[in-house]
Amino acid sequence: MSLATQRRSASLIIFSTGFVILWLCLASLPFLWTLWGSFKVQGDFFSKADWSYALTGVRTQIETGAAFTGDGYFGAWIEQEFWRATLNTAIVVIATVVISLTLGTLGGYALARSGYRYAFWLLMAALVFRAMPHITLVSGYLLPFFQWNLWGHLPTAIIVLVAINQPFTLWMLHSFFLNIPKDMDESAMVDGCTRFQAFRHVIIPVMWPGVITTGLFSFLLAYNDFAVTGMLLSQQNQTMVPKIASFLGTTQVEGNVMFAVAAVVSATAPLFALVMFFQRQIVSGLTAGAVKG
Amino acid sequence: MCLKKVALAGAMALLSTSAYAGCGLSGGSVRILSNDFPALQAVAAGAEACAGGGVEVSKNQTTEHRDLQVAALTANPAEYTTAVVANSSIVPLLNEDLIRPLDDLVAKHGGDLQKHQLITIDGKIMAIAFMANAQHLFYRSDILEQAGVAAPTTYEDVLAAAEAIRAAGIMKHPFALNTKTGWNLGEEFINMYMGTGAPMFKAGTAEVAINNEHGVATLNMLKDLVAYSNPDFLTFDSNATQALWEAGELAMATMWGSRGGAILDDEGSSEAVTSTTVLSGAPTWGGGSTPASTLWWDGFTIAKNISDEDAEATFVAMLNGISTEMVQANNDAAVWLIKGYAPGAAAQGVSATASSGTEPYPMLPFMGPLHTALGNELSDFLQGKESAEQALADVEAAYTTSAKEKGFLN
Amino acid sequence: MKHRSFFWFILPSLAAMLLFIALPIVSVFVQSLFVEHEQVLVVTENCGPFGCKQVTSVDVEATQAMVEKAPLGRFNGFGTYINRNHLAFAEVAAAWSSAQGLGDFAGKVMNLPFYKALLFTLAYTFIVTPLVILLGLAIALGVNALPKMLKGPTIFFSLLPMIVTPLIGSLILFWMIDAQGIIGASLQILFDDPDLSLKASPTLTWITLFVYGVWHSAPFSFIVFYAGLQTVPEDTMEAAMIDGATRWQRLRYVVVPYMTPLVTFIMLMQLMDNFRVFEPIVGFSASANATSLSWIIYNDLRGQDTQLFGSAATTSMLTIVGVCILLTPVLLRTWREFNRKAV
Repeated sequence: MSLATQRRSASLIIFSTGFVILWLCLASLPFLWTLWGSFKVQGDFFSKADWSYALTGVRTQIETGAAFTGDGYFGAWIEQEFWRATLNTAIVVIATVVISLTLGTLGGYALARSGYRYAFWLLMAALVFRAMPHITLVSGYLLPFFQWNLWGHLPTAIIVLVAINQPFTLWMLHSFFLNIPKDMDESAMVDGCTRFQAFRHVIIPVMWPGVITTGLFSFLLAYNDFAVTGMLLSQQNQTMVPKIASFLGTTQVEGNVMFAVAAVVSATAPLFALVMFFQRQIVSGLTAGAVKG
Repeated sequence: MCLKKVALAGAMALLSTSAYAGCGLSGGSVRILSNDFPALQAVAAGAEACAGGGVEVSKNQTTEHRDLQVAALTANPAEYTTAVVANSSIVPLLNEDLIRPLDDLVAKHGGDLQKHQLITIDGKIMAIAFMANAQHLFYRSDILEQAGVAAPTTYEDVLAAAEAIRAAGIMKHPFALNTKTGWNLGEEFINMYMGTGAPMFKAGTAEVAINNEHGVATLNMLKDLVAYSNPDFLTFDSNATQALWEAGELAMATMWGSRGGAILDDEGSSEAVTSTTVLSGAPTWGGGSTPASTLWWDGFTIAKNISDEDAEATFVAMLNGISTEMVQANNDAAVWLIKGYAPGAAAQGVSATASSGTEPYPMLPFMGPLHTALGNELSDFLQGKESAEQALADVEAAYTTSAKEKGFLN
Repeated sequence: MKHRSFFWFILPSLAAMLLFIALPIVSVFVQSLFVEHEQVLVVTENCGPFGCKQVTSVDVEATQAMVEKAPLGRFNGFGTYINRNHLAFAEVAAAWSSAQGLGDFAGKVMNLPFYKALLFTLAYTFIVTPLVILLGLAIALGVNALPKMLKGPTIFFSLLPMIVTPLIGSLILFWMIDAQGIIGASLQILFDDPDLSLKASPTLTWITLFVYGVWHSAPFSFIVFYAGLQTVPEDTMEAAMIDGATRWQRLRYVVVPYMTPLVTFIMLMQLMDNFRVFEPIVGFSASANATSLSWIIYNDLRGQDTQLFGSAATTSMLTIVGVCILLTPVLLRTWREFNRKAV
């Protein structure tokens, strides 16, 4: 594409850059608004009187004596111990991603290399599984989990998230493995490797880009999930999103809403680092992946 | 804000030192499931003060508590030893037979309880109430004065006052109630219908009886009222109406009494609003004498599927949670039903509503399906898309379908 | 691949799915065929803080005795599927025989909760899905043309709509589109209409939900397309240029064909996700004007005191059937491709 890029006409560059800038504004405005507002009091950020209060901080001035306040962050992190939820989220997310990818690579590889009809029907079944609304699933889990004393623990939530995410992971990794030439592992098997050895020594070294991309989506699912974590975790095991929901509560307590806003902004920071770190792999991963799926 | 939190924490610390470890119990496990707001946090903290000396106390305070409670208490042993409920959410626990009668425990430990705290069903004490709530009228005395109208006591007065305020050009949308589609809207219909004094069901059966002239009148009154509300009224929940009130955008509103404390304090609001806000009882309407509101209580129940030792420990710990000391430390956090409570300004509306003959929210097994049907089927009428008769017919049809599935009707 | 090794490779993944998805689907299907036992009602005296009253309640012992005999409840066959809150055969038939004209019939059918929800669900699916694909492709092309240094941050900011948890995202957006909020107030000025409210009118609510849907899902299709763009082989591109293809022709005949498998993948996922839309409806308090099938399930299971498991199970099964119908064309295509590739 480099040649094509060089020859782009000036008007096209202006048009396409303008379009990207417009999109960036649309995509990030609500977040930047939240970032700015997280340093205000609720009366400003959620002003019913005049939205410009959120910019000027009229009530923040009155209530705290300065135009900016860190009360939201202080409340969330120190008073309400948001770091506990962060820790739980880290455990849930890392475990979910690792297990999902392990199961998914094995399964996806098998599906990609099997020419039999049943592989196709398995893929179809996975799609039907994915069609099941999550709330119905979670409501069904409650009684057995309570009965067998599995409810409320982190491993339970992790395994449920893994299972719910399997269809997507399988599909994505399956199309990725289709793209790795068959000759590679088959020639290894001709050399006397078993199927698993071929997978281990030939496929694993070249599969990382695709796995990382799939991992990003598993990560986001586990990170943002509320349907599962909100219902299946006890209070001391709460992850970030249910914790944020508890700041809001059924009756929003003045001030606590800003804890939620500050917490959301804080929760985005690690994602920024993550995306910056992995963006090269994300791109090259999908490059090799789903394209020919 | 921080200061208040610190003060509260200090009070809790004092409280916990005043309770002795284990609260005189030799052992047992206390596991609390409740909703998540400050008054209940104070109660749970009081119960947690009993931890120690073989007594374990844990809690799960979550907004999802209603969706968890039936499954959690069905398990044997139950995940929680106590579920904090209201007069609507106790119904599924009663229907499924998941909570135990408390008569023995009350006789043994409940010396400090007042008679009206005991929720008795068919002669058996099933729950201990500790908080009350009701929707009632809030108004701004300065704006009513400016418009030259007296304080309203009926919804007809409210309409006249709203018209006067609008005509005087003070506010375009002077009135609001919690009319968000769903549970809130259903609640407004039930409250308003209560004002007619007519029953909601045919006596002794689960057949709904709102598809009549009382129902039509109720709907028309609601429609007349929301004509003075902001056109967004179908998204107004309690949080939205409170925010509107605190921003000074409303002259009159029907809101929950539990919001009184937050509305009267200066946080998020200005002196001009808080100093002129008056909390008054729920209005009557249509010449009726019953206020158009329902009374609610919050209380705790004890699970059936637990050992007697845990049940006793839970009962004692929860009594410590709703002790007089707790009430004195958190006097304005709620309208308490507990001995030692000194009703403040924030409780005036609820007291006035309770003392003027308001009916409690019906604790009927089939109230839930009706509430849901009302909440979902009425918005078309309020938006002017269908007639009142059609809306009521829809409610009846939706309710009947659900009630058949639940086995209340055949 | 041999059956045996295939089995061992797929086993862990399959076990997780069977245990946590397939088994529940079966139990949900069974549940949808049953209704609860007839409840035995008695009149008792109940007392509380507000006095005593004679009220109707359930005779727990009598009812529990029936439950013990048959824990699943009463068999109802497909009764729940065709009752008023679902497919409503009787009501639709009545509307057909009594309706004056097609418009009246449509009006009556749309008054039924299931069809009302189905209409919005389909509208949402068929409007949002293509827009997500187009917008994603456009952004990908735009970002691809940027200098290398700017790509990283641009990707991050482009992903934001997908990253910020919908729970808070919709709360903040809901406030921003309020008549007093920044977007709502700006729109009022823009259209010179002081009464404009995105929350009140059904049409505007629908448009708001569509816009939110596109905004929320565009990053997903963007990132997939962007990666796909990196694989367009340079020699093909150059050959096309030497042949004198214009920029548009190159896009149309080289880039787009390369993207087709990706479009299939995104379409599959998006059709499915959009068909199950419900979070924005709850977040934007839009249920007065827009409901979806998943919202009906949510309404049966959450946020009320009495949960209707049978009804929710029925709607879930109908959702699965709906998704299957929706995906059939895409699946037929995959089937043909699979057969072509099969050894």
